[in-house]
Amino acid sequence: MAKLESKIPPGPLADKWRKHKLDMKLVNPANKRKYEVIVVGAGLAGSSAAATLAELGYKVKNFVFHDSPRRAHSIAAQGGINAAKNYQNDGDSVYRLFYDTIKGGDYRSREANVHRLAEVSVNIIDQCAAQGVPFAREYGGLLANRSFGGAQVSRTFYARGQTGQQLLLGAYSALSRMVGAGAVELHTQSEMLDLVVVDGHAKGIVVRNLLTGEITRHSADAVVLATGGYGNVFNLSTYARGSNTTAIWRAYKRGACFANPCFTQIHPTCIPVTGDYQSKLTLMSESLRNDGRIWVPKRAEDRRKDPAAIAEADRDYYLERMYPAFGNLCPRDIASRAAKRVCDEGRGVGETGLGVYLDFSEAIGRLGEPAVRERYGNLFDIYHEITNENAYQVPMRIFPAVHYTMGGLWVDYNLMSNVPGLFVLGEANFSDHGANRLGASALMQGLADGYFVIPYTIGDYLATQKPGSRPSAEGAEFKAAEASVRAMTDRLLAIKGKEPVSHYHKRLGRIMWDYCGMARTREGLERALVELPALREEFWRNVHVPGSAATLNQSLERAARVADFIELGELMCLDALKREESCGGHFREEHQYPDGECKRDDVDFAHVAAWEFAGAGQAPVRNAEPLVYESVKMSVRNYK
Amino acid sequence: MVAASTPAPFTVTLRVWRQAGPGQSGAFVDYVAKDLNPDMSFLEMLDVVNDELTLKGEEPIAFAHDCREGICGTCSLVIDGKPHGPHRGVASCQTYMRSFKNGDLIVIEPYRVRAFPVIKDLVTDRTAFDSIQQAGGFITARTGAAPDANAIPVAKGVADLAMDAAQCIGCGACAAACKNASAMLFVAAKVSHLGLMPQGQPERDRRVLAMVQTMDGLGFGSCTNQYECSAACPKLISHDFISRLNRDYVKASFRTALETVAADGGGEG
Repeated sequence: MAKLESKIPPGPLADKWRKHKLDMKLVNPANKRKYEVIVVGAGLAGSSAAATLAELGYKVKNFVFHDSPRRAHSIAAQGGINAAKNYQNDGDSVYRLFYDTIKGGDYRSREANVHRLAEVSVNIIDQCAAQGVPFAREYGGLLANRSFGGAQVSRTFYARGQTGQQLLLGAYSALSRMVGAGAVELHTQSEMLDLVVVDGHAKGIVVRNLLTGEITRHSADAVVLATGGYGNVFNLSTYARGSNTTAIWRAYKRGACFANPCFTQIHPTCIPVTGDYQSKLTLMSESLRNDGRIWVPKRAEDRRKDPAAIAEADRDYYLERMYPAFGNLCPRDIASRAAKRVCDEGRGVGETGLGVYLDFSEAIGRLGEPAVRERYGNLFDIYHEITNENAYQVPMRIFPAVHYTMGGLWVDYNLMSNVPGLFVLGEANFSDHGANRLGASALMQGLADGYFVIPYTIGDYLATQKPGSRPSAEGAEFKAAEASVRAMTDRLLAIKGKEPVSHYHKRLGRIMWDYCGMARTREGLERALVELPALREEFWRNVHVPGSAATLNQSLERAARVADFIELGELMCLDALKREESCGGHFREEHQYPDGECKRDDVDFAHVAAWEFAGAGQAPVRNAEPLVYESVKMSVRNYK
Repeated sequence: MVAASTPAPFTVTLRVWRQAGPGQSGAFVDYVAKDLNPDMSFLEMLDVVNDELTLKGEEPIAFAHDCREGICGTCSLVIDGKPHGPHRGVASCQTYMRSFKNGDLIVIEPYRVRAFPVIKDLVTDRTAFDSIQQAGGFITARTGAAPDANAIPVAKGVADLAMDAAQCIGCGACAAACKNASAMLFVAAKVSHLGLMPQGQPERDRRVLAMVQTMDGLGFGSCTNQYECSAACPKLISHDFISRLNRDYVKASFRTALETVAADGGGEG
């Protein structure tokens, strides 16, 4: 059994981080340059970490599979970033942001981590403003805010509908500065394919150059993974096509525990699926719910009518009806499930019946079209490009889609996994969002981890490692890891079966969506756990990967990622099966209240499930880290 | 208006640049793409073609892509001679097959820019843009040293204009559209964004000189004010920013020259 010590500091909640910063060991400036740190990934968490660690004086190597760090998928986040600045004087505070996040996560995250996140949120905004991020401003020149789901204050900072882009470009500029200064060695088009563990500590990685196929070994004093989430296990999602689980999955197979893999976020407002050829789903920012009203016809027979011909009295603004206090701004898991319910009742709209209206006519009447255009113009443009419909004139049609994974590698309070020396940041870890993430909190967490947590906590680990003690990349563990990477690549290319990789990715996605999506049942999950091993077996027998390993080979890249996704899918279903409760995005139909709300089981499941790899073909071990609530009372989430 | 009824599938011919590797000679090859749906994206059409090639035992067409929502800047196709295809203000990945009709011949090429060498088929190497950024495309703000975000107000008009420039996605279409393969719009966007913000003032001169010098050194051509760059830009970044870049560059050159004179003739007065 893995040893899971959360290392939450003692003392009152609000003092833990401040006191912990004093208690942690420091590395003196002259010694910092003797340590090498590998950072994998260059999204918000990776680039902010790489830049900041380099500023501190560590030697940093940054590996990204993209052609430039600026392409990481943080770039696509639209709506905003939360911070407890209380610039609006509307009653916000660190405690309120902490409380909203804990409650939004349905009481399945750690209090201490979330409080720290809320504390440093204010520093993030300062940092980004100093980098020149062009946040939205009021006429007086001060920062503007808007509201996001699960909160009753306006604490979301934004840059039009491109907040993630601007924050990432800020972090990328900081990273670029350090690359230019020679403090970060940047390896683009370089995909991590294995973690190297020496004497129980993470000491390096094996990397494939995606352009030349060259495989190289890199040693370091510590390894930081900031490789994002694994929502592409569903094939169709709002993720970029390249987003994958490979780095964290290979780390899992080297001993890092995978926590709450079944906790996935289905975002309520995405453009519905149109056909089998589809490669991706596009999000319509949650910020649209500030002004858009969600509805379906009251009667199923009206669902194919022109929406303009459906009288006000015949419309069901179901979120406003079911959750009057939060209305259209209730949390994502709740809004998604409500959409599923009305579609299951036969009231869904559009060709497939899997859609609901997001209607701006009231807002256009109230504010005028120019004001709506100013706030959301780029989103309306995207909607038009994809659907060929003008949302200023007809309501948008939207449907939930996979958007984020709250689960990820298990980390302690210092963001270190159970493998010493392996740190995991951002969406790749499990730490802060519990069973459901609130809108505008992913950007906050990525930057909190990279700018303000890892720079302190990594020193506490490195101070225990003698300078210059890192192993050579010529060691046996490194060579063994390289051999296993080569073996997998050769095996994939040798199959020469009858189906392209996409065939298996689509089938995997359908199994996951049907049985491990918005609603899960024991029966469905058990069926998935029969179908997935069969799919895995067929994949390894019948996939066709063309080309060679010695050049750019996009089919080969995707094949290895899909192979990992199929294995991860099994773990997700197993986790969902064993968690006999409903909480946040994890909805087990057997566990619900009569009104259809999640029925948590705080007696048996108020814990983190951290899965431990037990070897190929062996059942993984389920470890539990109890969640102890000292400040907040666990209660039924109420947004009514 | 309810969703339209199922559209009729159609067929186009693709004339695609195939090149096995860097520095090798390439050629156009024709492929027929059948059973297309107008709601497919251009890249989804290529996915379908690639799956067919794979099953026929041929190597699929390599093309760069990632987010498929027009923001990451990875996709970089030249479609019928136009970077990012027929429509203004969208990236290749946001081009839909409804823009084409049955029987069309569609020519697909990589960017033709000396500073962006072809890696394979339609994929080019754009690290030159990262090099320009590393030379000066930043505001030095050490983590942890920032004042309160509201301590420095920024007029809304200035922030909005900075944002207009800052939304550059770094795709390189500007250079691909330019007959001189100039990167001026890319550099102008970053120089303008950072130079407009009050936080960007201390490094303003140094930034513009370093970025322009690096751009020139990487083999990009000069700007001759044709503005094809803005027309091809998926974010419609205005060529007015190029004027701003030129002004900043001239001012910075003078000021730097004067500082040198002052330093030479100086001494403690």
